[in-house]
Order: sequence, then structure tokens, then C-alpha cells
Amino acid sequence: MLYAAVAAGSFRRYATYRIATASGVFTNTVFGFILAYTYIALWTERPHLGGYDLPQALTFVWTGQALLAATGLLIGGGMDELQERIRSGDIAVDLYRPADLQLWWLAADLGRAAFQLLGRGLVPMAVGTLVFPSALPASPVTWLLFLVSVALGVVVGFALRYLVALTSFWLLDGAGVSMVAGLMCLFFSGMVLPLNVFPGGFGEVVRLLPWSSMLQVPADVLLGVHEGVGAARALAFQAGWAVVLLASGRLVQSVATRKVVVQGG
Amino acid sequence: MWALRSRLVEGLRAYGLIVAMWTRSTLAYRTSFLLTALGNFAATGLDFLAIMLMFTHITALGGFSLPEVAFLYGTSGVALGLADLVLGSMDRLGTRVRDGTMDVLLVRPVPVFAQVAADRFALRRLGRILQAAVVLGWSLSRLEVDWTPGKVLLVPLMLLCGAVIFGAVFTIGAAFQFVAQDAAEVQNSFTYGGTTMLQYPPTVFAKDLVRGVTFVVPLAFVNWLPALRLLGRDDPLGLPGWVDFLGPAVAAAMCGLAWLAWRAGLRNYRSTGS
Repeated sequence: MLYAAVAAGSFRRYATYRIATASGVFTNTVFGFILAYTYIALWTERPHLGGYDLPQALTFVWTGQALLAATGLLIGGGMDELQERIRSGDIAVDLYRPADLQLWWLAADLGRAAFQLLGRGLVPMAVGTLVFPSALPASPVTWLLFLVSVALGVVVGFALRYLVALTSFWLLDGAGVSMVAGLMCLFFSGMVLPLNVFPGGFGEVVRLLPWSSMLQVPADVLLGVHEGVGAARALAFQAGWAVVLLASGRLVQSVATRKVVVQGG
Repeated sequence: MWALRSRLVEGLRAYGLIVAMWTRSTLAYRTSFLLTALGNFAATGLDFLAIMLMFTHITALGGFSLPEVAFLYGTSGVALGLADLVLGSMDRLGTRVRDGTMDVLLVRPVPVFAQVAADRFALRRLGRILQAAVVLGWSLSRLEVDWTPGKVLLVPLMLLCGAVIFGAVFTIGAAFQFVAQDAAEVQNSFTYGGTTMLQYPPTVFAKDLVRGVTFVVPLAFVNWLPALRLLGRDDPLGLPGWVDFLGPAVAAAMCGLAWLAWRAGLRNYRSTGS
């Protein structure tokens, strides 16, 4: 119940920044247009590249822009707020609150993601679908699977960023690690280029990394690349990474809180 | 005239001092600085890696070869990188207006523009410039262009004018934040979005979009128009040839516009009151 309240509060908090949301929507739409045209050029040159036809490639672009804020591709590496609390020592207060640290931040992140999926995702997706050819599915089941996949993608994204944020216990200034993590996230999620366009063995490996859960897998579920058993396997892949990463976060957290002396104390 | 000149000198001196201060403070956390500079280098490098991955499947994009696309990439990257290094921190202005710390800048006997421009000067942005310069160097070694003195001169001129145009966009974006406060992201569309667009040949985009970045937000003058001339390509809009050399004039006009916007923004400033 407590965590539901945290999530709801976080949702409301992000909903307050209306101008920021509107400007984010504008930016996502502009980037969507730019990417869409480059993909049109690429797919005209090589039709069926990576197994997508042109409408699928374009829907991939707009799915990317829609999920950019929600699954945390944009905020990339770290969690500024948590890192700042670790750096300043405020984390000590959080640690003796009667709530679990990881679940608290997960709940807050889910609230944020829910708002950003609606607030920042719907408009670019709608604009892209109206202006460009699109391969959006008609079946409600596919949409439902897509939403589950996005939710799992959000959890994986959170778990990764939480791990990065915890490094601040040792490094204090986590800016460098956050940045590197953010880059890996952008590149290996499929945001820069769909992962099925990556060549050979490199592509095989990249598609197995956790970051693919944050865009490539949800987009493929939406595009109907994974159907039936395939869709179940895709969701299981995401869930597997979510569990592994959350568990590692828990482990690192227990080491951090046991061994590290909080700043200033 | 004298007054203007002395204010300019004063502003530049203040800018230099604040930049030196932030540089010293950045270098205090050396590991973090190296990592973030490297990250900056890699961040833009990934964009180019994506282009290279595209070219593993194709030989030409929009009719342009890889060295030609790399030339567009390098020129727009260096231009934006320079502007970003010098003025990039201006997008923090909205935050300052919101939390009221803008007032502190107003009471100091130093030109406000210099303070805002140098605020949290980020030396790590050298990473982006370096990365784009490497790509540019590689493309220059691969391009088949008959280099004349004029063409050789055109390259640094492009970079300079491009940096000034992007700098003006940063300034106008910051001035806009006096009014909009929370809309820092809008200007990303024109700066980072702009450079992403300029990395690709204009033939890739719809004509209306190309018209927009030529006549409305004149980013086409950063590299597209001079590069088309240099590479001996036709301009998709079919503009007269002399337009390719308008870069300096456009840059100057943008500066004038940015100055007006900045002045209007600053005069409109109301502190957060309570």
C-alpha cells in the first residue's frame, strides 16, 4: 500500500511539470521526424533490412521516441536524485525509514514511467502514425503484450540505473559512471539503430544483453515479430533480466550499507 | 562606441575568469573529468558508429558515400561542439530563473551574459569536438575534391560560421527560458536535433523540412550549403549559387537576432517572488 502511494505521488509529481512535458514531446517529435527520414533512405536502399519492411522500421522509430522517456533511455545512466542523496549523506535518513530502499525507488520510478508513457509517449506516436506509413497492430492482444513488455522494460531500466547509482557509495562523484552507463543504454537498447540491423555475431550478443529489454524487445512485440510462444519467450527474457538485476541491486546495496561510512559521519 | 567596446572587453575578461575557475574546479576530480570527457567523446562517437553500421549494408545514403556523409558529420559536429563548449551551459538558465539564483548574477558588477555563458563551464565538452574533428580529418583524407585555395579556406570558415550560428541558437534558447522556464528541452530540438539532421545529406529529408532549416532556422548554412558546393553536388532546393557563400552574413544576422532576444528576455525577467 505504501509503495502504491509512492508510485502515485511520483506520477503526480511528474505531471506537475507541464511545460517541461510539452517541450519534451516537441523534442521527441522533431527527433522522430529526423530519424524517420534517415530510416526511409536506409530502407529504400536496402528493403527488408533486419527483417523489417519500411512501415515496421518507421513504427520502430516512433516506438523509440514514445518509450524514450518512459523506460529511461533518456535519463540513461544514473538516478541523479539518489546519487545526490548518497553524495550528501542524506541517504542515512532514508536508510532508517521503515521502508525498503530499493522498493521505494522502484515504486517512484514506476510512477514516473507511467506518467511519461502517457504524457510523452502518446503524442509523438500519434503524430508519427499520422504522417508516416505505420505497422501498428490491430489486435488488442498484441497491444496488451506490448504494455506488459514495456512495464518489464521499465523495471529492467530501473534495476540497471539503481546499480549505477549505488556506485556513488564508493565513488562519490558518479557522473562518469552514469555517463558511460547512459551511453551503453542508448546504443544497446536499439535507440541509435535497431539491434537486428547490427551485423553478425556482434548483433547476436547485443540482442542478449539486458538493454535490449528497454526498446528492442517491446518494439518487436508491438510489430508482431514475436508471436505466440515467441512473445512468451520474449517476455520471459525480460523478466529474467529484471529478476537478476534487481537481485544484484539488492546484493550491492547490502554490501554498500554494511561497509561504507556515510559522508560526514 | 567606446562604451560598447569597453563593455565587450569587460565581458570577455569576466568570461575568461569564470571559465578558468570552473576549469580548476573540474580538474580537482580528475578521474571523473577524464571519464566524462571520454564519455562525451564516445557519446557522439556512437552516432558515427551507427552511420558506419548503416554503411555495412549500403554503399550510398541519399546518393552520398561514407566519406561524404562523414564530412557532413564532422563539420556539423565540430561547429556544434565549439558552440556547446563556449555557450552550452546556458540551458541551465531556466533552472536559475526557477530557483531564484538568477538574482545573484544580476547584482554582481559583471555582464550577466558572460556569467550565464560561463556558468558551470564544462571542459569535458572538448570530447565532442575532438571526436568530430577526427571524423572530419578522416573524411578530408578520403574525399575526392579538387582542392583550390578557395575550397581549402571554405572549410575553417564553415566551422566558424557554423559555431556562431549554433551559438546564436543557444542564446535565443536561453532567452526563451526567461519566459518559459521549464522548456530547456525545446532548444535541444534545434541544437542536438539540428546537428543530427545536418549529419545526413539533405537529399534524405523531405523538401519542406530542408526549406525549414534553410529559411526559418537557418541551420543549412552551418554545413549543408557550403558542403554541397565543396562536394560539387546540386542543391535540392535549387537556390542560386551565391547563396552557398552567405554563411558569414547569416551568422552575423543570427547574432543580431540573438542579441535582441537576449535583451528582451533579460528585461522581461521577474524574480520568483514570494
